[in-house]
Amino acid sequence: MPGVTRLSVRNLRKSFGTHEVLKGISLDAQDGDVISLLGASGSGKSTFLRCINLLETPSDGEVWVDSEQIRMIHSKTGSKPASRRQVDHIRSELGMVFQGFNLWSHMTILQNVIEGPLHVLKRPKADCIADAEELLAKVGIADKRHAYPAHLSGGQQQRAAIARALAMKPKVMLFDEPTSALDPELVGEVLRVMRALAEEGMTMLVVTHEMSFARNVSNRVVFMREGVIDSSGSPDDMFGVGASPAFRQFIGHFGNQQ
Amino acid sequence: MDFAFLSSTMVTLIKAVPTTLILFSLSILSGALLALVITAMRVSGNWFLTGFAKAYIFVFRGSPLLIQMFLVFYGLGQFGVIRYSFLWPFLREPMVCAVLSLALCTAGYSAEIFRGGIRAVSTKEIEAARSVGMSGFLLVRRIIAPIAFRHALPAYSTEIVLMMKSTALASLVTVWEVTGVAQRLISQTYRTMEVFLCAALIYLVLNFIILQAMSLLEYSLSRHRRPYAAPLRA
Repeated sequence: MPGVTRLSVRNLRKSFGTHEVLKGISLDAQDGDVISLLGASGSGKSTFLRCINLLETPSDGEVWVDSEQIRMIHSKTGSKPASRRQVDHIRSELGMVFQGFNLWSHMTILQNVIEGPLHVLKRPKADCIADAEELLAKVGIADKRHAYPAHLSGGQQQRAAIARALAMKPKVMLFDEPTSALDPELVGEVLRVMRALAEEGMTMLVVTHEMSFARNVSNRVVFMREGVIDSSGSPDDMFGVGASPAFRQFIGHFGNQQ
Repeated sequence: MDFAFLSSTMVTLIKAVPTTLILFSLSILSGALLALVITAMRVSGNWFLTGFAKAYIFVFRGSPLLIQMFLVFYGLGQFGVIRYSFLWPFLREPMVCAVLSLALCTAGYSAEIFRGGIRAVSTKEIEAARSVGMSGFLLVRRIIAPIAFRHALPAYSTEIVLMMKSTALASLVTVWEVTGVAQRLISQTYRTMEVFLCAALIYLVLNFIILQAMSLLEYSLSRHRRPYAAPLRA
């Protein structure tokens, strides 16, 4: 349903001790939006992503997922979610893909993919397996379903991790530098899967250094700098003449690769 | 070599094997359950529970098992509260005292082994589990415990073998297990060498079986670390 706001973040702040990493970030994602988050390392983009599903606890601000607000308690001693169960529920609606894949090493690929639907969503096992096999075929590793993560290449592991996140039928997919840990020749296979997802209309928030993905696949580019959103806009605007000086300087570093 | 004596000794000692096995299995079982509780307290993050678990582990690892066993067997009866409680009919039994002290002791060691296993679980895998909405007991049951158990298994199998040998101490609180029966035979025959050799052989065989079972378990739980064998086409 285009036009529905899937994710809304209002004035999000995060401090580690006295160091403020996020200084008030606001962002909305409509259904089908593919938003690339760009920025130098240390700009807070990964922390921002991790605050959305509360892997990091935001110090202040609001997060809404499909018009359900994550209830937080802010006090002098710190912030914490008001309800563990709500956090679990919200997380089950947000798919997360990590830089380091983070597959469960003791489970086969198929077991990794059915784990969430089976034990968190408590769906019937036969349905979980049928869905998982479809997803594994979609990301191109159906033949690896009985292998263990250690038996797969980085690119295959990341595709398995994407299938695992998709198995939860998430409302929004969060990607935290999904190709940064991969050998260059394996990046393409993961980006292809992500591009196919984007074309199907999945709502995606992608922290990335892949300029080609930001430029060609996403419909919005957000550039973060020192804990704030420096500039944002359509790829054409951002990579065109209207770019902010800071962003122009940032993409200048990638110039040789384009 | 007096084979007639050796074989009659063996027969007598083997009759005591069930007692040794009961001591062993009951103390390993209840010790493991207690160790889980102590481990949970140790990693709870609550200062009181953590402190209690640390003290427990220190006391039971730091003092001799034999003294612990004597304290349970000879010491508990001195307290009226225990002597006149409903527990006394049980605590008066040497077997119960032996199992109790073996279990209390192994729980201390096992708790530290389990904690080591938990510490070895990668935070990345835990984070992945949280990201699909797991928390609390589900997270422990599905992700943390299975991975931690695999890490703890080699050290834990050593603990199990040590426990099998520790059951010999129960002879000193009048439980007639293999070592106790061996000592009785020696006091009757004065043939220390033959009798103890037979007893040692029995422990060797028992531990061989245990170690084989443990390495079989370890093998079956470590498929993810072995090279991938693609399933044959049916």
